[in-house]
Amino acid sequence: MREDTFQPGGDRFPPTRRSVIEAVGSIDAEERERALETLCAAYWRPIYKYTRLRWNRPAEEAQDLTQGFFVEVLERELLKKFDPRKARLRTYLRVCVDSFVSNEDKAGRRQKRGGNVAHVALDFAAAEEELGGAVMDPAAIPSPESLEEFFEKEWLRSLFSLAAEELREYCNARQRERTFRLFEAYDLEGDDKISYEQLAKQYAIPVSDVTNALAWARREFRKIALERLRELCGSDEEFQREVRATFGGNTR
Amino acid sequence: MKFLSDKAVERLREGAEIPDLTGTRYRLLERVARGGMGVVYAAEDERLQRRVALKVLDVPGAHGDLANRLIREALVLARLEHPGIVPVHDVGTLSDGRVFYTMKFVQGQRLDQYIETVSSVTERLRLFLRICDAVAFAHAHGVLHRDLKPANIMVGSFGEVLVLDWGLAKLLREGIGQKQLIVDPEATIFEKPKNRSEATSAGNSVVTGHGTVMGTPGYMSPEQARGDVEHLDARSDIFSLGALLRFLLAKNSHSTANAVGKQHLDKALEAICSKAEAPDPEDRYPSVSELALDISRYLDGLAVAAHRESVFEKLARFYRRYRFFILLIAAYLVMRVLILFFLHR
Repeated sequence: MREDTFQPGGDRFPPTRRSVIEAVGSIDAEERERALETLCAAYWRPIYKYTRLRWNRPAEEAQDLTQGFFVEVLERELLKKFDPRKARLRTYLRVCVDSFVSNEDKAGRRQKRGGNVAHVALDFAAAEEELGGAVMDPAAIPSPESLEEFFEKEWLRSLFSLAAEELREYCNARQRERTFRLFEAYDLEGDDKISYEQLAKQYAIPVSDVTNALAWARREFRKIALERLRELCGSDEEFQREVRATFGGNTR
Repeated sequence: MKFLSDKAVERLREGAEIPDLTGTRYRLLERVARGGMGVVYAAEDERLQRRVALKVLDVPGAHGDLANRLIREALVLARLEHPGIVPVHDVGTLSDGRVFYTMKFVQGQRLDQYIETVSSVTERLRLFLRICDAVAFAHAHGVLHRDLKPANIMVGSFGEVLVLDWGLAKLLREGIGQKQLIVDPEATIFEKPKNRSEATSAGNSVVTGHGTVMGTPGYMSPEQARGDVEHLDARSDIFSLGALLRFLLAKNSHSTANAVGKQHLDKALEAICSKAEAPDPEDRYPSVSELALDISRYLDGLAVAAHRESVFEKLARFYRRYRFFILLIAAYLVMRVLILFFLHR
């Protein structure tokens, strides 16, 4: 028990990373770029997939629009207009994407972009594969509500993928590669058939080691995911809502 | 970056939600319920070898509205030692930064489920009196519950009644020169719902856009719904008790408090409910004890303070109360009349 460390009103989890909302408006160009990279890393996949589905755009056009959107965020300082009291960041961005694509259509402009986009590798081929190469049939386009759900789900997938990637690096840096492999096999693969016993047998370690390794990895994963989430929120209130939505299963 | 399947995302979400009990004396057993602030788990206290309920926040950090509210809830419970209020055992911060507290693990049914097994009005009223007893005790100790509703009342396996979820509870202080206990606005986190749609679900506590639970439509007093914090006092809980009483007296326990209002009730009970649920706090019972007293009077066949009876109602009540003796006397008189009749024939 850690009663001795309990202090009402204290905070043992200070924010370790600055919110991208603030950082994007920084006078420091490097910080601005880092913030945009973070935003881009978390959101490009959901935005690309959403553009493909919601706006029924071919892959190449959706790629242009996705890159163009992040340029727009930077050029028009869209994040400065975001008010966390009124909406969640991802809802705001989704609305901005809709508005951006609609304006692009009206203006009839379509240009290759990407030169000024943050240095994040946008693996559109992989994103396309994840979409399952779905043939866009207008009749099969989901309702606005399910599109919103789709965006939320893709955003969560993106957040967890980034956190898992960071956990891999964290484990590698601490010579805990096996721990990550166990976490990968049990939690990331999502395979119901594998058991702790099978993993223990496969790695020739006691089952208790598997249990401990997975508990540690989940703890670190949660910590990393929370840090990422905090970074992507504009206020403490929004962060609290997002944590409950992300880990509590309350996506609304 | 590896693609995560829907199943993997769900598994990660579930795995990350589980509280890290490393370094505590508790072992997680199973998830029991999800509330407005976090999750309640069944856990084993390995030191005392007993089952406890562990309530933990979703959000890490002992700082912030939710953490303060959970800590306040634990502190409120700690000062209310009453058989009708769940005792708290422990409060602290887990190694993952989440605030938690443990309390007695209660096995039983929620009132809205339990009531289906109780058909007698008298039994339901006796149950209500036990709820009043716990709430009156809290008021006497300067605590307002502010979220009394069937889902927050549990009936244990031995019929004991427990008032749960003191997450919205407020500590009261004695106003200088005032008889009523009033809320300390400094200690209150309170937000108005932004719109009606946020206050729709009758069975659920309202959660504002900022995640602050503030009460339950149908059970929340008008002044609480308005966010009139400074004027909240014990009569706000009395309104909720009135709605709860209406719910208990409903023929169909699935009805919400509002829906039940349209059903026919005995005039005296209707008057008690209406007085407790009066829109103006001045028109309500001044204390829970007064409300309970009126219910006791009704159960004893006496006139209730909330209802002025007509002569016929008085006679009917008199008859109901002394039915046995009246019937006995009537039978005696009939016998006497018959005897006299046969003797004089």
